Amino acid sequence: MDWHILAQQLVNGLTLGSIYGLIAIGYTMVYGIVGMINFAHGDVYMISAYVTAICLAVLFSFGIDSLPFALLATLATTMLITAAYGWTIERIAYRPLRGAPRLAPLISAIGMSLVLQNGVQLSQGAKTQGVPSLIPATLRFGEGNDFVQITLVQCMIVVVSLTSMAALTWLIQRTSLGRQCRATQQDRRMAAILGIDTDRIISTVFVIGAAMAAIAGVLVTLNYGSFDFYIGFVTGIKAFTAAVLGGIGSLPGAMLGGLILGLSEALFSGMVNTDYKDVFAFSLLVLVLIFRPTGLLGKPEVEKV
Amino acid sequence: MDHPSFPRCLLAVALAGGLSLSGLAGAADTIKIGVAGPMTGGYAAFGEQFWRGASQAAEDINAAGGINGKQIELVKGDDACEPKQATAVANRLLDQDKVAAVVGHFCSSSTIPASEVYADAGVLVITPGSTNPKVTERGLVTVFRMCGRDDQQGPLAADFIVKELKAKKIAVVHDKDTYGQGIADAMRDRLKELKADNRVVLYEGLTRGEKDFNALVTKIKASGADTVYFGGLYNEAGPLLRQLREQGLKVNFLSGDGSLDPAIVTAAGGPQFVEGAYMTSVREARNIPASQAVVKKMKDAGFDPSGFTLYAYASLQAIADSMKGAKTSDGAKLAKWLKSHTVPTVLGPKSWDGKGDLKDTSFSLFVWEPDGTYKEMRK
Repeated sequence: MDWHILAQQLVNGLTLGSIYGLIAIGYTMVYGIVGMINFAHGDVYMISAYVTAICLAVLFSFGIDSLPFALLATLATTMLITAAYGWTIERIAYRPLRGAPRLAPLISAIGMSLVLQNGVQLSQGAKTQGVPSLIPATLRFGEGNDFVQITLVQCMIVVVSLTSMAALTWLIQRTSLGRQCRATQQDRRMAAILGIDTDRIISTVFVIGAAMAAIAGVLVTLNYGSFDFYIGFVTGIKAFTAAVLGGIGSLPGAMLGGLILGLSEALFSGMVNTDYKDVFAFSLLVLVLIFRPTGLLGKPEVEKV
Repeated sequence: MDHPSFPRCLLAVALAGGLSLSGLAGAADTIKIGVAGPMTGGYAAFGEQFWRGASQAAEDINAAGGINGKQIELVKGDDACEPKQATAVANRLLDQDKVAAVVGHFCSSSTIPASEVYADAGVLVITPGSTNPKVTERGLVTVFRMCGRDDQQGPLAADFIVKELKAKKIAVVHDKDTYGQGIADAMRDRLKELKADNRVVLYEGLTRGEKDFNALVTKIKASGADTVYFGGLYNEAGPLLRQLREQGLKVNFLSGDGSLDPAIVTAAGGPQFVEGAYMTSVREARNIPASQAVVKKMKDAGFDPSGFTLYAYASLQAIADSMKGAKTSDGAKLAKWLKSHTVPTVLGPKSWDGKGDLKDTSFSLFVWEPDGTYKEMRK
């Protein structure tokens, strides 16, 4: 394989992996704090794609032609609206089941996922929707036909993902809110006794997760240009896999898992066969879980006595 | 754990009772016909086309007096393009809803198992869109189609690739589904007959529902292919085309009737990505003189009858006409009637051979224009 093909596959994998990572954050944070898998998270990401398109359409119809401003405004609005979805979902589907057995919120999550999917299908139609290609700029390295190319959007995906990741790690490790999150994660009852409003903290985690999914939604919509009410399903499963691979509950693990999954898919696809790339990715997951049952960066669960 | 409270139980009982009562009502003076396809899930746009087309047909037939004095009542069946769900839906339509005939299904992978269920029960089924040859090749007498076969349209693409485009290296991509892989294989078989199968440099399947095919595109680039053939639906064809163009590949792109839908322009993110792509399909249904009145009526009601909408309309027309002609709803007798008569439909007059295939399907080639529309290529 030529170097430029290999480099191109690395670029492809890195982009895909960053997106998986961004969405995986939502799964991993929610699992870390309440110990449940939020199966509706993929659909929250789907919602953000719709909000992105609607925002862009509204901004352009008002005659705003400054692209950077339009993108920033769209990003902010999408994060806000999607975060509101995250908060509402937690309020409706999970908080009433706080004391219930573990399976109950899981089923509630699957129900929520179906509600979001079918709600969007009914209100927006089943057809594929899209936004025109807005940022066609491309960086090409190499000569003639042997070049490696990175589109500006792909650069944005990688940079924005890493930046969000760093900001989030800082938030969790260094701020008072982060300390409350970690306390709630370690022992919810004790945290509550010490005066932390744990319900508020759990809501905040859902909001942060949804906002991260919104960033992914905006970037994906800019990169691929099309979406439908069903995109949350496949991407959600992949992001969930990334979260488990990296160690569910671990923030850097989510990003690492996403990158490994994206890269392994792209490289296997490029060097061996596209038909079996998912088989390869999931075999990798099985192997990792055999040797490290808590994922790459996950901490073993301490039995609480 | 709590027990459900008494009023809630009561509510559940009342709901169940209401459902079964409404199921019984109106059974005598209507004829129930199932419309089955992907009503939810990733391919729900096709299910919507089926439902809209069949609903319009039912409305029009009912307004003209119904079938033998009975009004048509449509029953929706959702298979989500899942083979397992398709057989479950088929059984439900037969056992619970007691349908007299079925318009459906869409994905060949669903139609094939579901049609076995209908055939066992002796119920007539017409698929508006399943083009895989196997649908009518199993000797099931009550199974018909309102569309062509992939072993007709695949070879047309192969001839064009070899004779007109004079391709040197061909990449074949499919979506691993019965339809997609079937049509890609039919194309490849014809390449073999033309002694051109050594020009196939890549043959791979992508995953339905994904949007990122960049790794595959880079691989196609590495293979040096000058022509890409894709067997699958527009949902995947759109992003694939866009990513091919974005990575700077100026290859010829061909696909089949599952991709020839205006929605591919949206799925690709703009007409500039779709421009110049070739696709095989049956004649554009919205341009046939016989369909103009229906097209106008549906457009006025706010739905563009693209894709398989009019095929679903025509399928219901054929079912209604056979029931009027044979004065029964027995599948075997209806099938016999359809195989010996010509039915005037919204797609023009249609007649079927002994297998249940249309006698007069001819596929043609279409090419996408810079403005995001497609036109039939004249030779």
